[in-house]
Amino acid sequence: MTKKPERIFVKGNEAIARGALAAKCKCFFGYPITPQNDIPEFMSTEMIKAGGDFVQAESEVAAANMLLGAAASGVRSMTSSSSPGMSLKQEAISYMAGSEVPAVIVNMNRGGPGLGDIGPAQGDYYQSTRGGGHGDYRHFTMAPGTVQEAYDLTIRAFDIAFEHRTPVLILGDAILGQMKEPIDPWVPENIDEEAGRDWAITGKTADREKRLIKSLFLMEGELAGQNKHLQAKYDAWEDLSECEQFECEDADLIICAYGSIGRIAKSAVRKFRKEGKKVGLFRPITLYPFPSKDLKALAEQGKRFLTIEHNLGQMVDDVRLAIRTVADSDFYPIYPGNLPTPDELEEPILKCLEGK
Amino acid sequence: MSRIEVQEDRCKGCLLCTTVCPVDIIVQSDRFNVSGYKVAEVPEADADKCTGCASCAMICPDVAIKVYRTPKKKGGK
Amino acid sequence: MSEMNEKIVFDKPESVIDRATHYCPGCHHGIAHRLVGELLDEMGLAEKTLMATSIGCSVFLYNYLNVDAVESPHGRAPAVATGLKRARPDSFVFTYQGDGDLASIGMAEIMHAANRGENMSVVFVNNTVYGMTGGQMAPTTLIGQKTTTSPTGRCETTQGSPIRMSEIIASLGGVAYAARGSLDSIKNIRTAKKYLKKSFECQTNGTGFGFVELLSGCPTNWKMTPLQANERIQTEMIPYFPLGVYKDITEDGGVC
Repeated sequence: MTKKPERIFVKGNEAIARGALAAKCKCFFGYPITPQNDIPEFMSTEMIKAGGDFVQAESEVAAANMLLGAAASGVRSMTSSSSPGMSLKQEAISYMAGSEVPAVIVNMNRGGPGLGDIGPAQGDYYQSTRGGGHGDYRHFTMAPGTVQEAYDLTIRAFDIAFEHRTPVLILGDAILGQMKEPIDPWVPENIDEEAGRDWAITGKTADREKRLIKSLFLMEGELAGQNKHLQAKYDAWEDLSECEQFECEDADLIICAYGSIGRIAKSAVRKFRKEGKKVGLFRPITLYPFPSKDLKALAEQGKRFLTIEHNLGQMVDDVRLAIRTVADSDFYPIYPGNLPTPDELEEPILKCLEGK
Repeated sequence: MSRIEVQEDRCKGCLLCTTVCPVDIIVQSDRFNVSGYKVAEVPEADADKCTGCASCAMICPDVAIKVYRTPKKKGGK
Repeated sequence: MSEMNEKIVFDKPESVIDRATHYCPGCHHGIAHRLVGELLDEMGLAEKTLMATSIGCSVFLYNYLNVDAVESPHGRAPAVATGLKRARPDSFVFTYQGDGDLASIGMAEIMHAANRGENMSVVFVNNTVYGMTGGQMAPTTLIGQKTTTSPTGRCETTQGSPIRMSEIIASLGGVAYAARGSLDSIKNIRTAKKYLKKSFECQTNGTGFGFVELLSGCPTNWKMTPLQANERIQTEMIPYFPLGVYKDITEDGGVC
């Protein structure tokens, strides 16, 4: 019987790196950018120790393209960055989606636009859920709210990437990356490191035809066919959506929030519940596929909604799309550049509760 | 005794082969192939001059030329 | 006729797929990729080859060589190749790039893959223009050369001078082999193949990063016949881009 690993006290960034290692990630390609530097730094020793490889690339562009190569050869690999670096990666991610290669990308969202700041924000939600690069594509996107969740979801990301031949994004932020919490660093069993053996480029041996990982489709009808195929893949993900519903059953008002903001909103909800106020929290964990069905079910029970984000209103679009024809959602922005606290959320929540 | 075989549907009539033949026997023919290119050829009259050096094949960007050599018979006839 | 005794002395390499190419008449890409195919066969590398293709007329290379390949974004092939080689170190990894792809948008990627000494091989086809997109000015376009974005001829003061990539790559510590060949004559083609072989051997022997530049023609965008274009390589390009080995750290190596 394997000994249960001891709990460790780590930053969110380190938890993500450790989760990747536990998931048998073999290659990491990174670049320095605040607030995620702990990830490449940790990987620069630990990935080598684990028998894998680490490259500090010349840019986020290069790192993402290295990931494209490693992923094309069917090897579990990852890159990480933060908002401005994520913008640089979008072309490569579009290629990953179009060529259908499995890859894990981590974005520790910071303030934007432009150089912004080095603090937390959620201004990359659109980029993370609508296919931030060119073309009609999506990637599976998950938003951890705790350091344990960051560890768990990173492991899950690799499984999803290989099962569905897709890039997968872990969307955190500066709060999650830099805060420390104790975690259980469990190790998954039965990882198939040779997954993808029927499509990955590994060297054309005599027993098979050559394989091509590409996203260029020029012949008549080909690109349309590829797009339909991708769309069908994304539609099938609907059943894989995940969310946390906290105190929603008898709530009058549902707070919709994800990631670190979901965590802070939960504190606010607990406080209001102690005062007897009927608020609940709906926290999407998968941002794409968005847990629309679960949200709509709450709307159909006559509940009201207040979306709170650390941006000027991005996820609220998806909330409204999910509950349209039944309900609408109010919105409260925590401005990027400001650090959110539970206190700040009290007034807007109260206003909503009182129907103002 | 050597000869070349031009795969006429691949020839694009670039004539690079004509610049490297040491015995200058490759010329542009009057024949168009299916792609509309005037293909290169060795006229019948010059066929026996081919040395089998394969220079034409080496410079052909379309891998349209195969080169054959017949080794001389040993001993007398 | 003793046809029964005749043997074939030049045939299509096995790794080159038997199909017509999209290249223009006289385009040297066809020679370049045939040489690569010949070497993959001769060195027994085809079964372990992972090719990172690039953007340009070279984009269709995966239709012409019978090896596994991944299509890279413009300029990024050396980074994609780095990922391939780090993920599957026992593979034979090479990139095949034109001058716009490698020396313009891809400048950072080639410099750093070379500087890191990645154990891979780069085949650089230099024809001094962006071919696929209709003949725009490229980093290796010569001064005075007219292109669609330098219609009065490349002007040094506003558009810089052509970049000599082999010399620059040779100056980087991580590079094991850097050479410039040309495809305009039989002598040069033979030498170019030797350079490519040396570069490939640097990978198979674990010596390091190999880079071979091949001066090539682009008749269509140079507005020349194939024969004129071939001659231009000799008269205009070779004087500016001298042929030879610029770096060779192998035991029997040496710079010409």
